[in-house]
Amino acid sequence: MSAQASSLKHESAAAAPARRLRLDPKFIPLAATISLFLLMAVIGSVAYTGFFSAQVFLNLLIDNAFLCIVAVGMSFVILSGGIDLSVGSVIALTTMVSASLVEKHGWSPAAVIPLVLLMGVGFGALQGVLIQRFRLQPFIVTLAGMFLARGLCYLISIDSISITNAFYTEVSQLRLPLWEGAELSVSAIIAVAVVAVAVFVAHYTQFGRTVYAIGGNEHSAVLMGLPVRSTLVGVYTVSGFCSALAGVVFTFYMLSGYGLHAVGLELDAIAAVVIGGTLLTGGVGYVLGTLFGVLMLGIIQTLIMFDGSLSSWWTRIVIGGLLFLFCLLQRIFESGRKR
Amino acid sequence: MNTLFKHRLAWPLVTLLLLLALNAGFNSSFLHLEWRDGHLYGSLVDILNRAAPLMLVSLGMTLVIATRGIDISVGAVVAISAAIAAWMIGGSLVIVDGVATHASRFPMWAALAGALGVALACGLWNGVLVARVGMQPIIATLILMVAGRGIAQLITGGQIITIYYGPYFFLGSGYLLGLPFSLFIAAAVFVLLWWVTTRTALGLFIQAVGVNPSAARVAGVRARRITVWVYAFCGLCAGAAGLIVSSNVKSADGNNAGQLMELDAILAVTLGGTALTGGRFSLAGSVIGALIIQTLTYAIYSLGVPPEVNLVVKAGVVFAVMLLQSPEFRQSLRALVQRPAAGARP
Repeated sequence: MSAQASSLKHESAAAAPARRLRLDPKFIPLAATISLFLLMAVIGSVAYTGFFSAQVFLNLLIDNAFLCIVAVGMSFVILSGGIDLSVGSVIALTTMVSASLVEKHGWSPAAVIPLVLLMGVGFGALQGVLIQRFRLQPFIVTLAGMFLARGLCYLISIDSISITNAFYTEVSQLRLPLWEGAELSVSAIIAVAVVAVAVFVAHYTQFGRTVYAIGGNEHSAVLMGLPVRSTLVGVYTVSGFCSALAGVVFTFYMLSGYGLHAVGLELDAIAAVVIGGTLLTGGVGYVLGTLFGVLMLGIIQTLIMFDGSLSSWWTRIVIGGLLFLFCLLQRIFESGRKR
Repeated sequence: MNTLFKHRLAWPLVTLLLLLALNAGFNSSFLHLEWRDGHLYGSLVDILNRAAPLMLVSLGMTLVIATRGIDISVGAVVAISAAIAAWMIGGSLVIVDGVATHASRFPMWAALAGALGVALACGLWNGVLVARVGMQPIIATLILMVAGRGIAQLITGGQIITIYYGPYFFLGSGYLLGLPFSLFIAAAVFVLLWWVTTRTALGLFIQAVGVNPSAARVAGVRARRITVWVYAFCGLCAGAAGLIVSSNVKSADGNNAGQLMELDAILAVTLGGTALTGGRFSLAGSVIGALIIQTLTYAIYSLGVPPEVNLVVKAGVVFAVMLLQSPEFRQSLRALVQRPAAGARP
């Protein structure tokens, strides 16, 4: 009762105009990400001619649509306190199965796409069951899942299979004009839709709240009577589905199936989630932050591309440096909260 | 017989012997050893030679896992160390007094020291992030895993550096007393570690840190300092592995050297019976684990199956080992066999 009263008092104090500018500490990582993104956009616009155009910024979304979708799935896993290393190889498997069924067996895309999505759901659910039912470490289970999915790719074919199917080529070239000649691809629209649905699920459904509760403290979540078991399996199922969907988008993007597609994408996805302000210990973070994490990785690549004198490996070094910065920020934030 | 099977190394050894038997069954000349060109020659020697880098990395990884940590940056450190050694040695053909000889850019000892020094620094960086800054091990080492390959490519300039320097090749493909020299490096590290962890209190301290870090600290163990140096040592092992790998293939590839090495090393440690939850560890088990992985790879090659299928087999092995280590799985297995619950271990 008294706690409620004091929290009420606290709220009214926070609403007072004098304190209105004070930022809630839980928004600090997200605010840092967004301001860093804006800073980079400004630097790029000032330093390079042609950088400041709507199309350059839309391209961030177009070229990273698959990363965005995967990172959204990864956000749920990390929010629940786990990790999913299998996402990159599930993408590769999806492209491989799609390409093989469409090109070699003459299946219709209308049958193939639901099938591969279902496959991703099954793959994720299987990992979730292993992690939840047998109390295995998510790191190791999804590591084995990563081996398995890549290996299955090679069982289908060792070489790359290119796709010439009319549906896939048309979708990959389809652009929706927005304004003043700026365009958006189908993949980017799918990515934006996924982010919108994920924000809704994370903040306005029982599933989302349970994910946060598990990440905060699994034991307490069980004691609160929350459906922890099904939610844990569900989290990995969501990640599996997102990976498969990203695989479909990746197929549109690359127009081929290959076992070496998306190698190391899991690291980019984790980096995007962390840079987006989600705590790796789980329980704290925003799905919307992940979108900005993805855009941040994209803008780093774009800046390096516009510069022209820097080589591509600088991307990895800068991403590593950013990861370090944000992990450090998280540690400071955590120790501040404990005090 | 029963006590023999209860020994913790029994199952890894049985697995290794079964794999060797499988190889011997498919390929009759598998166990054949002969003396050729002044050294032993045969499939078994080949497996030992190729397993040496993995053994080194697994030994370092064993200690890290024993402190309840994990180091996923070893593959990147292998690439960095190989890149530095290759860049510092380089090697070019020069003609001295009418005789064509290979000359290195820096003396070989400097190149070795430089590569190992940087690898040690990488390990220290990981250790400081884990023990001093307090990051989760997987995240702290993820930073170096992501950035490390970029750094390795920065050193090699994005190219594959080829090494032209005879003496350097001795590390990875030379022979001492008829056996591959790389094996002696791995054996030396093993003996050193074995001596340090069984003849001094360090082994006990490492286990204490893994079982309960705060309890260890309260008991007077310098948990943080031990953790830092365990990661540093793991980096050093990865650096030595990088030297052997680059010497063996006579080049350094910043992008592909040591690719997936971290996963193989973790797999080797788990196969050897060290639980990922920290605490008790087995150095000999990890060496056997590394040999199992290499023998498995060899078997897959010699069976004529595409080598990429290796991944599926490895996945199967990891799933099986994980499930067997899980108390929940054993319990449900026991329930399936319908033994009385009273007989079940807690």
